[in-house]
Amino acid sequence: MAKKRSVIPFGPQHPVLPEPIHLDLMVEDEKVIKAIPSIGFIHRGLESLVRKKDYNEMVYVAERTCGICSFMHGMGYCESVEHIMGVEVPVRARYLRTVWCEMSRIHSHLLWLGLLADGFGFESLFYQCWRIRERILDMVELTTGGRLISSVNKVGGVIRDIEPDMQTAILHAVKEIEKELRVVQKTFMNDYSVESRLKGVGVLTKKEVLELGCTGPFARASGANFDMRVRGYGAYADLDFDPIISPVGDSYARCDVRIQEIFQSIDLIRQALGQLPDGDLSVPVKGNPDGEYFMRVEQPRGEAVYYVRASGKKNLDRLRIRTPTFANLPGLCKTLEGADYADIPLLILTIDPCISCTER
Amino acid sequence: MAKVKESPWLLHYDGSSCNGCDIEVLACLTPVYDAERFGIVNTGDPLQADILLITGGINTQNKPVVEQLYAQMPRPKVVVAVGTCACTGGIFKECYNILGGADTTIPVDIYVPGCAARPQSIIDGIIKAVDLFQKRSDEHDALMDKQKRKEG
Amino acid sequence: MGRVVCPENILEEIPADILLRKVIEKKKDGQRLVQICASYVGGKYELSYSFSKDSTYQLTTLRIVIDPETEVPSITEIIPHAFFHENEMKELFGVKVIGINVDYKDKLYRIKEETPFIPKEKEGE
Repeated sequence: MAKKRSVIPFGPQHPVLPEPIHLDLMVEDEKVIKAIPSIGFIHRGLESLVRKKDYNEMVYVAERTCGICSFMHGMGYCESVEHIMGVEVPVRARYLRTVWCEMSRIHSHLLWLGLLADGFGFESLFYQCWRIRERILDMVELTTGGRLISSVNKVGGVIRDIEPDMQTAILHAVKEIEKELRVVQKTFMNDYSVESRLKGVGVLTKKEVLELGCTGPFARASGANFDMRVRGYGAYADLDFDPIISPVGDSYARCDVRIQEIFQSIDLIRQALGQLPDGDLSVPVKGNPDGEYFMRVEQPRGEAVYYVRASGKKNLDRLRIRTPTFANLPGLCKTLEGADYADIPLLILTIDPCISCTER
Repeated sequence: MAKVKESPWLLHYDGSSCNGCDIEVLACLTPVYDAERFGIVNTGDPLQADILLITGGINTQNKPVVEQLYAQMPRPKVVVAVGTCACTGGIFKECYNILGGADTTIPVDIYVPGCAARPQSIIDGIIKAVDLFQKRSDEHDALMDKQKRKEG
Repeated sequence: MGRVVCPENILEEIPADILLRKVIEKKKDGQRLVQICASYVGGKYELSYSFSKDSTYQLTTLRIVIDPETEVPSITEIIPHAFFHENEMKELFGVKVIGINVDYKDKLYRIKEETPFIPKEKEGE
């Protein structure tokens, strides 16, 4: 019997993903041979707001690029403006930013683990991951006042402090998370049903990953050794860590890398809080930025690039945010080629897509 | 449908939200906040949904999608706008691609403010929506009864 | 701690006609395309092609400055995954990029407004 080709539309409203993405999947029987993404359901055009809001107000817009990695968007934007203006951020503020960064990484990765578990139909595991995640959200709420969008960054430093009793609470919470995560890790890594859905599915080699420009845990799971935190922004220069990489490159490795990154984040929080220096939270910033800078930060999903261009006016000339999912989409299309139709939702989940980042 | 309020089905659509509210809507359904204790089931199918939760503003591309989802839901139906963006357009109101809140496209019954809306307020909004849904289905039933008697 | 590397970003301004040659050079050097960004400053487009060398975390940006009417060759023949970036700047800024492999024909974001990133009052000039 001849093979039958057809085009199946996927999304935009799909039960697996809370966010809308649309893919046109060209399938031959059950195998996908080509996937063409079409985006734009969440396109707001927030980069154009630079014409209407001044550079201080843009911090809040940058934070709302994405609700999950909101803190890091604010931080990346602030650091690039600070670099242009030559502002020396107080050391304590840099440490606090790092702590909040790692807290949002933990919550983002736990969120992803839950969604992945839901994707392969392991509902109780989904609930476990989200239950653990609430602990870190409580800590974010305790220290910043918001659960997801914290708005503690400003150009020149941070607005709030993490006081000693909060530090104790955070250290206690991460200890509990570590303990509970060990249990969840066992299920993810030892359960045969999880293995059968993830092992050997959607393999990308290191060469392909580099050619397709993928970033973040998605690239590191295929053996690409880069993590923007090594660049030493924030307080990362003073902390001791190595990028977590796995040479395998399948969905199982991506899951493994992300779980290990949660443990790494817990370790980084401990290190940062352990050597938290005293000092001011922010320095006063005068004048307007003039110049341009490319700032790269490592978000839970990968490398994000902030391009700020200013010409001495209150409003910036251009703000460009290249988000990690934008870079990972070509890699996703590549993994989908040759995959079974039934694996598509799972493979889309393995890049940890954040569509509202992508479309801005 | 005397006790329909004990099992309303929920449909969630992400307009042009920043994800913050979506994640909070999902967090509502998980063990810590557990909106499912009110008998709510989260469904992906508009044809079986009673309550539509919209997060994020409306842009030119998702407008027809939202309209279609709303049209596909059976009567009676209740719409909840979750988050400031869905209520008014929020911080993105001035963006070139944003038309405004969810009420620019479909009738909204309940507004849940917040950026991102907290799970507590989302649950509050859902409970209000459930009550309204019961009221509407009672009215709907009464109307159908009346029509039946007229015919019979 | 001695292992932290943070080299300063390099900005190379190059004429538009040697863009493809430079991009090939970068690719041969094993650099990864990080982003392509267009900005509209003073009636001219500034296109920035950023490449990262991931062993040293060195970011190099190739910058070309062109008039709005000038056509830019697409680099998708050399680096296929650039098509998202190029489609984006074509749709949002109206940069005339020719020969994109998988050209969305200004339908990537499917927005109503044409080239929204160009300030309106300057369009009539």
